[in-house]
Amino acid sequence: MDTGTFGAVVTVLFFLLFIVILWWAFRRENKQKFEDAANLPFQEDARETGKRRTD
Amino acid sequence: MEATYNYKVVRQFAIMTVVWGIVGMLVGVIIASQLIWPTLTESLGPLAPYLSYGRLRPLHTNAVIFAFGGCGLFATSLYIVQRTCQTRLLSDGLASFVFWGWQLIILLAAISLPMGYTTGKEYAELEWPIDLLITVVWVAYAVLFLGTIVIRKTKHIYVSNWFFGAYILAIALLHLVNSAELPWALGGGSWLKSYSAYAGVQDAMVQWWYGHNAVGFFLTVAFLGMMYYFIPKQAGRPIYSYRLSIVHFWTLNFIYMWAGPHHLLYTALPDWAQSLGMVFSLMLLAPSWGGMMNGIMTLSGAWHKLRTDPILKFLITAMSFYGMSTFEGPMMSVKTVNALSHYTEWTVGHVHSGALGWVAMVTIGSLYHLIPRLFGREEMHSVKLINVHFWWSTIGVVLYIAALWIAGVAQGLMWRATNTDGTLTYSFAQSVAAMYPFYTIRLIGGTMFFAGMLLMAYNVWKTVAAGKAVNDARIPEAVAA
Repeated sequence: MDTGTFGAVVTVLFFLLFIVILWWAFRRENKQKFEDAANLPFQEDARETGKRRTD
Repeated sequence: MEATYNYKVVRQFAIMTVVWGIVGMLVGVIIASQLIWPTLTESLGPLAPYLSYGRLRPLHTNAVIFAFGGCGLFATSLYIVQRTCQTRLLSDGLASFVFWGWQLIILLAAISLPMGYTTGKEYAELEWPIDLLITVVWVAYAVLFLGTIVIRKTKHIYVSNWFFGAYILAIALLHLVNSAELPWALGGGSWLKSYSAYAGVQDAMVQWWYGHNAVGFFLTVAFLGMMYYFIPKQAGRPIYSYRLSIVHFWTLNFIYMWAGPHHLLYTALPDWAQSLGMVFSLMLLAPSWGGMMNGIMTLSGAWHKLRTDPILKFLITAMSFYGMSTFEGPMMSVKTVNALSHYTEWTVGHVHSGALGWVAMVTIGSLYHLIPRLFGREEMHSVKLINVHFWWSTIGVVLYIAALWIAGVAQGLMWRATNTDGTLTYSFAQSVAAMYPFYTIRLIGGTMFFAGMLLMAYNVWKTVAAGKAVNDARIPEAVAA
C-alpha cells in the first residue's frame, strides 16, 4: 500500500471512530453515567456538609 | 491517620504562577518599549547585549507560556486530579521533583536565553541539555498525573482529567519530535549549540506542527481542563453539557494535529499540505465554539452571579476571548486573508487575544478560586481588588489587540501597495514609522495587564499572610462505586 492510500484509509477509519464516539456520547443508556461524572467536582462538597470544612 | 490531599505542590506551583506571570509580562513590557524606543537598553553598557530585543523576546515567550502558564497548569491539574479522583497524588517525592525540576528549567532558560543560546526554533528555543531535562521532568509529571488517575477512588474520570491527559501526552510527543537535534559538540564545536535533525522545508513543517500544537494542546486543551473544573465550581453548578464536553475533547484531538501548515502558507511547503492545514484550521471553529458555549451556558439561569462575582467575570470573559481568538484563527488561516495578515502585527495581536484574553484570564480566575482554599480562607483578602484587576486586564487586552489589528492591516496594505508601474508605493521604513502610535497604545494596554498582575500579587500576599497553609485537607470516603 502506498502512503497516499494508507493516509486515505487511516482518515476514513478515524472518521468512523469519531462517529462511534458521537454515538457513544449521545446514547440514551449513557445519560446517567455522564450526569454522575458531571457532578464529580461537587460530590465531596456535599459529603462534607456539616463536617469540618476543609475545602 | 486520616487520608489527605497533597496541597503542598499545588501551593508551590500556584504561588510561582503569580511570580513568573509578573516576570514574563515585565519582559513583555520591556520589549514592547524597545519597539518604540529601539535604543532603550543600549546605554546599559556591558549589560546591553543581554537585554537586546532578539534575546529578550524568546525569554518573554518562554516565561509567559512555560513558566507562568506551565506553573498554572501544574497547580490546577494536580489539584483537580486529586479532588475529582478523591485520592492523594501517586507520590509526594515525584511531586517535589516535578516542582523543583520545572523551576530549574525556568531558571536555566532565564540564564541561557539572554546569553544568546538558542536553537532558533520558536517556542522551542532552549538548547539540548535543557531539552533533556524537560523530557525527564515531563515523564515524571506524566507518571504522577496518570498514576493518580489509575489509583482513583471514583468510578468515572472527570472530563478535566481527560483534557490534562491529552495535553501531557501530546506535549511529550511534540517535544521529542521537534527537539530532535545534534549537539555541535559532536563536530568539535560548542557544547551548547545544536542543529535540528531535520532540514529545509521538513524542518519548517516539523517546527510548525510543534508550534501550532503547542498552542493547541498546551495553551488550549490544557487550559480547557482548567475551565471545565473551575467554571462549574465557581458557578456552583455542573457543566452545561457533559456530552458536549466529550465531543469537544475528541474533536479537538482529531483536528488540532493537522492545523500546523497554516503557519507556512505561500512558502516552499507543498500546496496540498498548505490547503490541508487551512481546511483543518477552518474545521476547528466547530469544536472551539461548542466548547465556548458549553462554558458560558453553564451560567444559564445564574447570570446574576456575573454581576457580583469578579472571579466568574474573569472566567467567562476568558471564554469570550477563547471564542474570539478561535474565530479569528481559522479566518487568518484562509490563504487570501493570510496573504494580508502574515508577518504583520495582526498575528501578534491574535496571539495576545488568546494568550492574555483566554489563557491568562482563565488562569487568574482559577487562581483566585484556588489560593484561598490552599491557605484555609473562604475567599481572597480583597474581592474588590479582584474586580479592579478584572477591569484593568480587560481594558488592557482590548487596547492591545485593537491597536495591533489596525497596525497589522495597515502594515499588510502598505507592504502590498504598488504603483501603476509596478514599483512599491511605500518603503519598508515608512511602514515601520506608521506603527509608532499603535505600538504606544499596545504598550499602554500591556502595561495595564502587567499592573493587574501586581495587584494580584498584593492580594495573594495579604491572603497568604492572614491564612495558614492547608496540609490536612481530608479526602472524603470514596463515592459508592
